[in-house]
Amino acid sequence: MNAPERIEAADALVVGGRTYGSRLLVGTGKYRDFAQTREAIDASGAEIVTVAIRRTNIGQNAGEPNLLDVLPPSRYTILPNTAGCYTADDAVRTLRLARELLDGHSLVKLEVLGDAQTLFPNMPETLAAAKTLVADGFQVMAYCSDDPILAKQLEDLGCVAVMPLASLIGSGMGILNPWNLQIIIDRLSVPVLVDAGIGTASDAAIAMELGCDGVLMNTAIAKAGDPVRMARAMKLAVEAGRESFRAGRMPKKPYQASPSSPVEGMIAKA
Amino acid sequence: MSVPIRITLNGAPRELPAPLTFSQLLDELALAGRRLAVERNGEIVPRSRFGEARVVDGDRIEVVMAVGGGE
Repeated sequence: MNAPERIEAADALVVGGRTYGSRLLVGTGKYRDFAQTREAIDASGAEIVTVAIRRTNIGQNAGEPNLLDVLPPSRYTILPNTAGCYTADDAVRTLRLARELLDGHSLVKLEVLGDAQTLFPNMPETLAAAKTLVADGFQVMAYCSDDPILAKQLEDLGCVAVMPLASLIGSGMGILNPWNLQIIIDRLSVPVLVDAGIGTASDAAIAMELGCDGVLMNTAIAKAGDPVRMARAMKLAVEAGRESFRAGRMPKKPYQASPSSPVEGMIAKA
Repeated sequence: MSVPIRITLNGAPRELPAPLTFSQLLDELALAGRRLAVERNGEIVPRSRFGEARVVDGDRIEVVMAVGGGE
């Protein structure tokens, strides 16, 4: 058995009863074209990819390629999300349409935004939507603020994963409050995934080292200078961060150095 | 005898010949066979009912698809 197989067998991500070898989830927006989308997602190794649900352009789409032809649901878990929704009602409607679109698929990403400048989540609406969706049989992965109390409420409502932001969506500012994330990770039983704010590979590694179960990102890959290369970097960063977390880091010793080479046998002392 | 119906389709007014099933509506829009979902007046119209369900005057219809997006 080679090393990657060993990792997957021992350390799979389980969300909504399904098992995944990759802990990197990626969005499909902001790419140059479908060819780049496909190549980057392939390089990321992601098995769960998010999509948005939008009105079909009437009369302008004859022969237009469809995202789901590029990313077939037979190969990927398609995670419809409610990006752009500002009310619980809109989010619920959108996900019911998504379920119909995806032949009854129930795993979804809930995201209810509070304002257009920050795209910060509207948590009262998010909680209301989560309650309705869970009652309607959806498996809800919820984008949320990094407030541990609200994150726990989402778990208590029956969400299958809770996804606090690291920083604002699309900002690339990295993890602004690792302490809050740590509290959420420690207190929740469902998977905790950082969603939003990852800017570069080290951000993803840090999220995983904190003990996150996974990372969801879009802009950090799509808007990198070379998206395909960054997708690969993110794959490696998530794997490295996860392995580092599982290995357990050495204790920090801020005031006491400790040489790695033997202190005996120095030629100068002979 | 065929009185046209007025609907709102993806937010825009539209006049169509009646009677009209959802299958015929999608044909009319050159969307037949595409992977999409339809909502009428806030309620899902299941694909299995496209052949029989009729579009009626005043319907507010949304036709959606999956597009690139993440957060």
